[in-house]
Amino acid sequence: MTAIDPAAGPSTSAQVWRERLAGLAQTYGAAVVLVVLLVVGSIAFPAFPTASNLANIATQSSFLLIVGVGMTFVILTGGIDLSVGSQYALGGVLAAYGSAWGLGGGLLLPLVVCVVIGLVQGAIVAYGGLAPFIVTLAGLLGVRGLVLALTGGGSSTPLVTDPALSALGQGGVAGLRWPVFIALAAVLVGSVLLLRSRGGQAVLAVGGSESASVLMGLPVARVKLTVYTVSGVCAGLAGALTAAYTSSGVPTVGVGLELSAISAVVIGGTLLVGGRGNLVGTTAGVLLLTVIQNLINQVGSLTSSVQAVVSGGFLAVVVILQTVLARTQRL
Amino acid sequence: MSQTLTVALPRRATVVGFFQRYGVYLAIVIVLVVNLAVTPNFFTLDNVRVQLVQVVPVLIVALGMALAIGTEGIDLSVGASMALAAAVIPLYIGYGVVPAALIALACSLLIGLANGVMIAVIGVQPIVATLSLMVAGRGIALLVAGEQLRSVTDPGFLALGRGAIGPLPWSVLIAAVLVAIVAVLVSRTTFGKQLVALGGSRRAAELAGLPVRRILLVTYLLSAALAGVAGVIGTARLGASVPSTLGNLVELSAITAVVVGGTPLSGGQVRVIGTVAGALLLQLITATLVKHDVSDAYSQIAQAVIILLAVYIQRGRAVQR
Amino acid sequence: MTTTSFRADAADPAAGAGPVADAPVLRADHVTKRFGGVTALDDVTFSVAAGESMALMGENGAGKSTLIKVLTGVYRPDDGRILLGGQPAVFARPLDAQRAGVSTIYQEVNLIPLMSVAQNIYLGREPRGRLGLIDARRMQSDARELLSAYGIAVDVRRPLRSCALGVQQMVALARAVSINARIVIMDEPTSSLEAREVETLFRVIRMLRDQGIAIVYVSHRMDEIFEVCESVTVLRDGRVVHVGPVQGMTRGELVSLMLGRSIDAVRREGATAFRSGHTSDAPAVLEATGLSRKHEIADVDLRVRPGEVVGLGGLLGSGRSETLKAIAGVTAVDAGTVTVSGAPVRGGSVSAAIRAGIVMLPEDRKAEGIVPNLSVRDNIVLAALPRLSRAGFTSTAKQDAVVDVFMKRLHIKASSPDQPVAELSGGNQQKVMIARWLAMSPRVLLLDEPTRGIDVGAKAEVQALIDELASEGLAIVLVSSEIEEVVEGSGRVVVLREGSVQTELTGIHVDEASLLAALAGTEVPE
Repeated sequence: MTAIDPAAGPSTSAQVWRERLAGLAQTYGAAVVLVVLLVVGSIAFPAFPTASNLANIATQSSFLLIVGVGMTFVILTGGIDLSVGSQYALGGVLAAYGSAWGLGGGLLLPLVVCVVIGLVQGAIVAYGGLAPFIVTLAGLLGVRGLVLALTGGGSSTPLVTDPALSALGQGGVAGLRWPVFIALAAVLVGSVLLLRSRGGQAVLAVGGSESASVLMGLPVARVKLTVYTVSGVCAGLAGALTAAYTSSGVPTVGVGLELSAISAVVIGGTLLVGGRGNLVGTTAGVLLLTVIQNLINQVGSLTSSVQAVVSGGFLAVVVILQTVLARTQRL
Repeated sequence: MSQTLTVALPRRATVVGFFQRYGVYLAIVIVLVVNLAVTPNFFTLDNVRVQLVQVVPVLIVALGMALAIGTEGIDLSVGASMALAAAVIPLYIGYGVVPAALIALACSLLIGLANGVMIAVIGVQPIVATLSLMVAGRGIALLVAGEQLRSVTDPGFLALGRGAIGPLPWSVLIAAVLVAIVAVLVSRTTFGKQLVALGGSRRAAELAGLPVRRILLVTYLLSAALAGVAGVIGTARLGASVPSTLGNLVELSAITAVVVGGTPLSGGQVRVIGTVAGALLLQLITATLVKHDVSDAYSQIAQAVIILLAVYIQRGRAVQR
Repeated sequence: MTTTSFRADAADPAAGAGPVADAPVLRADHVTKRFGGVTALDDVTFSVAAGESMALMGENGAGKSTLIKVLTGVYRPDDGRILLGGQPAVFARPLDAQRAGVSTIYQEVNLIPLMSVAQNIYLGREPRGRLGLIDARRMQSDARELLSAYGIAVDVRRPLRSCALGVQQMVALARAVSINARIVIMDEPTSSLEAREVETLFRVIRMLRDQGIAIVYVSHRMDEIFEVCESVTVLRDGRVVHVGPVQGMTRGELVSLMLGRSIDAVRREGATAFRSGHTSDAPAVLEATGLSRKHEIADVDLRVRPGEVVGLGGLLGSGRSETLKAIAGVTAVDAGTVTVSGAPVRGGSVSAAIRAGIVMLPEDRKAEGIVPNLSVRDNIVLAALPRLSRAGFTSTAKQDAVVDVFMKRLHIKASSPDQPVAELSGGNQQKVMIARWLAMSPRVLLLDEPTRGIDVGAKAEVQALIDELASEGLAIVLVSSEIEEVVEGSGRVVVLREGSVQTELTGIHVDEASLLAALAGTEVPE
């Protein structure tokens, strides 16, 4: 009869090894694929590894990355925020309107309004106990309606009138535009908060086990309220920066953005059920999506539908791998 | 003891229960009465027919969505299934209406199969699995169509969208038949009972020996097939295959119709007639707003409020249990 | 607040009998709690003093967990009040109770599996350094120090889920105590621990007691009560029936207090409704050979004859439920075979097992058994649906016939077959589950805790039913945490320990003393 220890964790070294490998694949998989793509892309397309193209990729990634930072926090609690695309558009439109009062107006107006929207959604989720999916789905519709109402049914595109705001979107140093630095700052601040603040740890705990978090006396409702607010702020900020970058608040942008953001977060190794993930992974996920798009553009003959197929297929592969890996690790 | 429990239920719960059960019908009556009072020419045969024809695609998609939601899942890829069916039609319409429609359905079934395998066999969460196909599926549809709008002129095919037998448009008739089939499927078949049990408690269903994987697989196949039918009818109505926009955001309308109709998002129940009523209610509200020149913007906001209200009322039921 | 709170203290059973003179640190004063029409706690007064360890005992459904939840702010009492250090306290939520110094260790570890040991201990009150950021290094060294005080050496950076259950339990305890708990409530803390881990836990409990911390200890296991508790409060049917010191009490007295019958009656009639253990000489119908599953069971053999009830003894975590699940095809085995009347059954498939005639009543009725939103009828016919259908269409007539038969035979009390099963009492839900399986005309019935959480009357009915089914020739395997149920219900007991068959009790050896000895791993007394 074999001696076994039912209470012990993994026993055989092979299994420990497998689990560790699975964990590594989950955490760094996106980064590894990103590096491979960068290498392959550089070899295949001479126009790809140029400074201007890479800077271009960085700029394009920055807006999605800011949204992704907020989305990561929401998903870490086990929730989801489908309203970010609409909030992104609203942020842009409000930034353009607000720019009439200068840089401060152009930034404060979208941020304050998105804070309010995030608070309302968060409150309904946290205190009303409604499913995040449906609350933010209503948010997606309602906020888009608000954007249309503000722009005469989407027919008018308010322009950014404040040069300082435009400079924030278009200027930069060392060949990189300001939004890139802002996105990196968001990742940095977000990471520090997540890993080194009580609130961040509470986010992980709520996603890890909500019932245990309640019993451990963590402020679960406040955590949820906060993450939806953070997500709103991030989406609004990304929208405002996009408006600054394009000098206009286009009311129709951001349709489907929530999908890209969720894809990036999930590809970055954050578990959709919450409790585990990080912003570095999200950064890799965002870059991966943008690089794929850029490479497809490099080919020239391929179109945006190819990109949709690749992104969707990639997401499918990643979630399948995640599910299988999670099973290996007995999550 | 059970009897005391039933009697002891507080009165408020029965009021909430009433709205959960009949709220959607009540709302339809209110919207109709309001229109009777304020909208001229609302109750003409023409208008009724227009409303019915317009509700058909969302309604058919919502039937499949109700099944997916009944298993405690969701299907975000229905729009892509519609688009793929639409994209295929002009390629095969030369072989006749029926073969083209069947091939279109088969293609949308492929999306359902991919969903089903990911969800049922691999165990991916329905929301991400169908999300990936929502993105990829529409891309495939666009590639199939060569990213072009193609008009379809086959008169037999167009009749599917525009023709009628007597006063009844073909599309409405098809929808009615599908509603009946799904209603029977849910209430009178082994599959329907098992689906509802699976949604009520997956673990219990597994331990009772139900073929859980097969049920989930078939559910997502059905959802995709119904979306495919909606795509074919939508294409017939437009007289053109427009895979880039056909079925955009239809998942939202379908989910709303299902939830407004009283099917809880937490699974374990499928209310087919409620779903029909939910779809009709949304259509009537939109039509009312349109007739009074209320912009799209406000009708979207109205839809958002309706979703939240409906889910809030549904939540009451979950708490009661 | 109502008049009950102001009753004279003379009527208070705890007032005179309290074993410790100190003022109680925590006291539930004439607390009543109802759910729907059911009174879970009826005018309960319970108190514990500093440095006292108070056992809280009672049968399933006696109201222990409800009382704990009232004490810790999960539920609010309908009547009566909670006093903390003599002052009325209102806990709106667990957090309030925790802040006031009342911590709880639950049966299942309620921590975050993906986070590290140190993170789990300090969640919500992490030590902070510069800029208000968490000082991870200090947190880890604090955690290490804290745990080593309890004699536990573990890498505190490891994710909690990679630690043994005993360690996880100690982490929960360390967390509770380090929040400056004045009162620690432990709800069956040893149910998943090994003997060695239990010893560590007891050492820590005594240490805490000596530090003046009040301990409320809930357990089914008599040994533990006598080992670590000074006083005991016994609940029965939501009422306090006894408060007093543990010293001088016998096990028999405690059992009779919990059951509400005199010791003589318990001796004479047994503690259960089983008439006799069923044995049989017929060739075995179920033969499980060499069942193994990593971390769970190793090389388990089990043979059951028709008409026989075989008890599966063992502590929680010994592999009892895991063995049943492996036989029922719920989990796949790494090795081993199951045959029914000699025909092999494909492993890892519930439906294959059901086709072969093996059915299992799962332990967790609410989560794994009933489908709460469905009616009594739909729950009963759930597994049998394909048999009651024609070409995929259900037949109401066939269903009604089956439902009618079993509702009558099992005395299922429901207003109609269409009543949602969630509205039924636990006992009736359990009967619905049994009906579901009997409708499949099984040959082997695996019962995992068939009487857990159901009221006394229903319990007797279920036990009598098990008797009856065995008499009709069903092969039955019975798993129960209640020793008397195993002993009195089974003709033979296979005892598991740490995933393997330890011994088998037959004939006259099927008694409480032998089973206890076998569970403890000592020799069976001759």
